[in-house]
Amino acid sequence: MDFVVQQLINAISLGGVYAMLALGLAIVFSIVRLINFAHGDIMTFGGYGIFLSLAFGMPPLGALAIGIGAAVVMALAMERAAFRAMRGADVVALLITSFAVSEILKVLFQNTISPRPVPISLPAAWSSSYRIGDVVIGVGPTISIVVALISLAGLTLFLRRTTTGMAMRAAAEDFEMLRLLGVRANRVVATAFAISGVLAGAAAVVWTAQRGSVDPMMGFFPVLKAFIATVLGGLGSLGGAVLGGLVVGALEVMTQAFLPDALSPYRDAIVLACVIAALLLRPDGLLPARSGARS
Amino acid sequence: MGDAVLEVEELDVRYGQVHAVRGVSLTVTQGGVTALLGANGAGKTSTVMAVAGVRPVASGTVRIFGQDVTGRTPEDIIRSGVAISAEGRRIFASLSVEENLKVAGNVVANADAEAERRAKLMERFPILGQRRRQLAGLLSGGEQQMLAVARALMSAPRLLLLDEPSLGLAPQMVDRIFDIVEELRDEGISILLVEQNATLALQVASHAVVLANGSVAASGDPEAIARDTVLREAYLAA
Repeated sequence: MDFVVQQLINAISLGGVYAMLALGLAIVFSIVRLINFAHGDIMTFGGYGIFLSLAFGMPPLGALAIGIGAAVVMALAMERAAFRAMRGADVVALLITSFAVSEILKVLFQNTISPRPVPISLPAAWSSSYRIGDVVIGVGPTISIVVALISLAGLTLFLRRTTTGMAMRAAAEDFEMLRLLGVRANRVVATAFAISGVLAGAAAVVWTAQRGSVDPMMGFFPVLKAFIATVLGGLGSLGGAVLGGLVVGALEVMTQAFLPDALSPYRDAIVLACVIAALLLRPDGLLPARSGARS
Repeated sequence: MGDAVLEVEELDVRYGQVHAVRGVSLTVTQGGVTALLGANGAGKTSTVMAVAGVRPVASGTVRIFGQDVTGRTPEDIIRSGVAISAEGRRIFASLSVEENLKVAGNVVANADAEAERRAKLMERFPILGQRRRQLAGLLSGGEQQMLAVARALMSAPRLLLLDEPSLGLAPQMVDRIFDIVEELRDEGISILLVEQNATLALQVASHAVVLANGSVAASGDPEAIARDTVLREAYLAA
């Protein structure tokens, strides 16, 4: 029983990270039709932000805040330097642009910082665990779940209650009409990137807190999973991104926990087979985006 | 009547090989209603969208309130005192009625003034007030058109571009929409009215322009155009 509860916590904790990353991808895609392959590098940059501020003697909480800030700055810089000029280009051109941005950043990380993992030393208490009854719960996964919940709740409130949030939802439906109401396109797009940066930064925080190091490829694998999550949930659908992230995280943890060792090399294959099966049944994803009229 | 608030001169709009608008010139005078008529595909909407800054102007100029706005962003053009109710209404279906108005209220700097304007519009269009919390996508076609017009009015425009406001509506609703056009005209708002329903549009207009295949086929006094049976049969299908 306690084993199941622990695995459930692991599943939610990993799924929460995927959900945050998938949500960042989805919010940008829903507005500018960009599948941002460089999203992982935003997360990595956040990780390096944490590393550098700790190296310069920042207290841990301050370092984590700087990590999130760094991710936001990177997301905004990316939009300004690369994607703004490509606005309105077709999906493939945007995707290839994001590949280029991603490659440039990886090379920069390798050459200016290190091609190898650099350690992030956070307080030992963060990697310890605590007990509730018979169940031993890690502090890391707990932080991860709490951060994911705060991010999701904060984003929901922002989208529902603020005028800018309403404009973001309107932009996902019909960006041109939004501009025809005098809403500044650059501001809406920058906000979308800033939100994706906050979420990627938060993901970097929980990822580094649990793994204790940063390397140039840090963001690559989780964001790859987040891509799968957005497709599974329905490309451009925010609710779908969260659901997809949780499902992919749960599948991954379950396959690790319950598969016999002989099958463990096939873990990713099994997870992806499940995703393909789900897409065969629901080609538009689990929770398709509303504006289905636009392809 | 008086000075021109909108002057379009020799406007050309192309989409790749397609030459959608060819040398169109038209004027909306202060307080006037210019009807832009023509069959489906004649270039009416392309003209309006180019005026609003969301279609590239291949050549020609657009002047609004005496300023050359050719090539400006739609945000800048709208913020200079223009509003548009677009073809197909294009309300935000997943937002509530009130949220549609709030999004449009972004151009109003002062939050109190914005709330006041929203309240006034919901008084003017009571159905929107009653359904303020409903998703806009659940409104009927006529109600959606009211919302599209109300949303345009949030910015208190001096020039209103109304693109096919009566399209696809029940006859009773069409009458109501034209009543609103007259009310707005009487309030002093200058209007460019794009319509397929030539008969009604010519009744409210002070000036009319007929497009055919992207070019101006006729322009002038609405009554004269209404009487011109050859023109009507050739281009207006009315």
